[in-house]
This record gives sequence, C-alpha cells and structure tokens, in this order.
Amino acid sequence: MTVSRDNSKMVYEGIKAAGIHFISALPETWLVYLLQLAENDPEMTLVEVAKEEEAIGIAAGAYFAGKPNALLMQNHGFLASINGIVSLALLYRIPLLMLIAHRGHIGEPYPWHTQGGILTEPVLRGLGLPFDSIRDPHKAAKQIREAQTFALSSLSPVALLLTRDLLED
Amino acid sequence: MKRADCIKALYPELHDRLVVTIMGACAQELYDLGHCDNFFYLEHAMGLASSIGLGLAMNLPDEKVIVLDGDGSVLMNLGSLATLARYRPPNLTHIIFDNGSLLSTGGFASHTTSGITDLAAIARGAGCPKVSLVTELYQFLEAAAEAFEGDEMATIVAKVEAVGPDHYGMDMKLPENAFLFERHISERQQAKKLVAGNR
Repeated sequence: MTVSRDNSKMVYEGIKAAGIHFISALPETWLVYLLQLAENDPEMTLVEVAKEEEAIGIAAGAYFAGKPNALLMQNHGFLASINGIVSLALLYRIPLLMLIAHRGHIGEPYPWHTQGGILTEPVLRGLGLPFDSIRDPHKAAKQIREAQTFALSSLSPVALLLTRDLLED
Repeated sequence: MKRADCIKALYPELHDRLVVTIMGACAQELYDLGHCDNFFYLEHAMGLASSIGLGLAMNLPDEKVIVLDGDGSVLMNLGSLATLARYRPPNLTHIIFDNGSLLSTGGFASHTTSGITDLAAIARGAGCPKVSLVTELYQFLEAAAEAFEGDEMATIVAKVEAVGPDHYGMDMKLPENAFLFERHISERQQAKKLVAGNR
C-alpha cells in the first residue's frame, strides 16, 4: 500500500481553496502527505494534538476567533472525540469541518483497523452528523467547500470521509 | 484560599480579555459576579477548556486569553498540557484551580488530593514554560499579574478549598453563550481593524 501523493495534493489544494489557514490534526498514515503539505506551507498553521478530542476544542476556539479551519484525523480519532463533538460542538452549536481518514473499510488488510472502520458510518449516523465520502480527487475541492458551507449554515459538525479510493495508489 | 475569592480578585482584570471557564462551580462563581460577553462557560466536555483557549490564543495574537481550569478537568485531558507547551502562545494564561475534589459531581477526591498528583510538576514536565504553584491569595494575585504582563504562556496552579456556590443556574442558554462570545470577538476584531485603519 502506498499513499497517493497526487491525490493528497488535490485534497490539500481544496482545503486552501476553501480559505482554510488553520488545521488541527493528529498524524496518521493516510494523512502523511496532507500533513507534510500543511507543515511546509507558510500560509498554514498546523496544530498537532496529543489526542484527537483536543482538536475539537482547538477548532471551537478557532471558530470563535473567526478563522476558517479544518480538522484532520483518522476515524479512530473521531471515535475518541465523541464527547467533545457532543458536549461542545453539538451542545453549543459550533460548526466543525472534519476530514476523517476512513481506515478499516472494504479492502482493508489490517485487522486492527476493521472494527473502527465498520462502525464509523453508523456512529456518524447515530450522532446525526451530516457526512459524505470523497472518492474522486477531482471532486475533493467542491466537496470540501460544500461541507464547509453546510457546517457554517447548519452550525453543526460535518464530516468528509477520505476513502481508500482517494488516498491509496 | 477559596476559588471564589481568586475569581473575585481577578474579575476587574477580565473585561478586556477573553475568558474560558470549565463547568460547575468555577463557571457559576464567575457568572455570579456579572456576565460579560467575553466569557465562555464550557459546561460540559470536561478537559477541553484549555484546548479552546489554545485555539483562541493562536488565532488572535492581539487578544489576551485566560482559561479558568480545574484539577478534575485537567486530569481528563493531560495531553493538552503537552500540546499547550508545544505551541505556547504568549497571550495565553492557564489558571488551574486545584481543589483536590470533583466538587460539582459529589465532592469525590481527585488524584491531586493530599498532594498525591502534582499538577504543577506535570505541567513543568510537559514543557510548559512558566509554571507557578500558589496557595495564598496574595501569591495568586502576584502570579496572575506577572502572567498578564509577561511575554510567555503562563500556567498557574492554585491550591484552593473544596467549596463552591450554594446554587447553580444561569439566565442564559448554552448556545446563546457561544453566539454572544463569537459575536463579541468579531466586533472587537472589527473595531481594532477600524482603529488600525484610521492611524
């Protein structure tokens, strides 16, 4: 398995095109190029957290500050963030744009990712969070922009699942 | 030392800053002194007050941000101390009221009771650049004054008694608090831009 450098770049360009200059994230294999691009971009501030739930708080702070921002995390990090999503973002009506690497789904060879992968979409549905999957890199920029628009109009967290089709070569 | 006395002594200094508090007693004691739109009370999601403060401070370098935290909340998000240390925005003051108790949820002993767990040592070990531990009100005020005037992120661990207010409740909906806080910041930023533009 290799991570797609070209598609990562197209996703990153989509993030930039949405006016986002602040990312809170926890590194993960599929996100490696995305995070490298963010780290090396003088126009981007990247905050790497110790655990993903912190990023929910940091993103809320950035939102209060009026800064368009995004979260980057693995789906297991999303699962680890649920209390922050529920009792900060949903409770206080704070929009979040979450880009989530959807590990452990169809095609996944690594057993350790599978349970989280299988449960990601049901948990998103259970939380009532709007979500979509990005499969085609050419549609990434539009999907990111539209997810951001909807997060801000609905004052809700919105998730975009970054799929195997998108991030693996 | 009582947390309510610390917050009361701090209150006149809070108006031109952005304040994020944790839930329960801490939020109530600040609210009872008089709500201002630059106060955000995180009434749940324990542990994330310091993370909100970090997101605010990094994105608003011309604002001063204060987080009023507690031992129970910090213990739920110890990783945040390391993240704060790594990014250390100089405009952030992190005050941790350590009453050794999960006071708002029945007064059960926290890990810091009787000095078993030393939050100031943990903050230092995490790499927080300026950590002070205070037990008396005058020390608290000295540390706060130093933090506000200083040019690096400050962490103050204040040992306080495990006592809180005799009532809980706010005449404000939780999303209303978030809406007012966000609007306050955006108006303040616009006013600053206008002032800068007129120079």
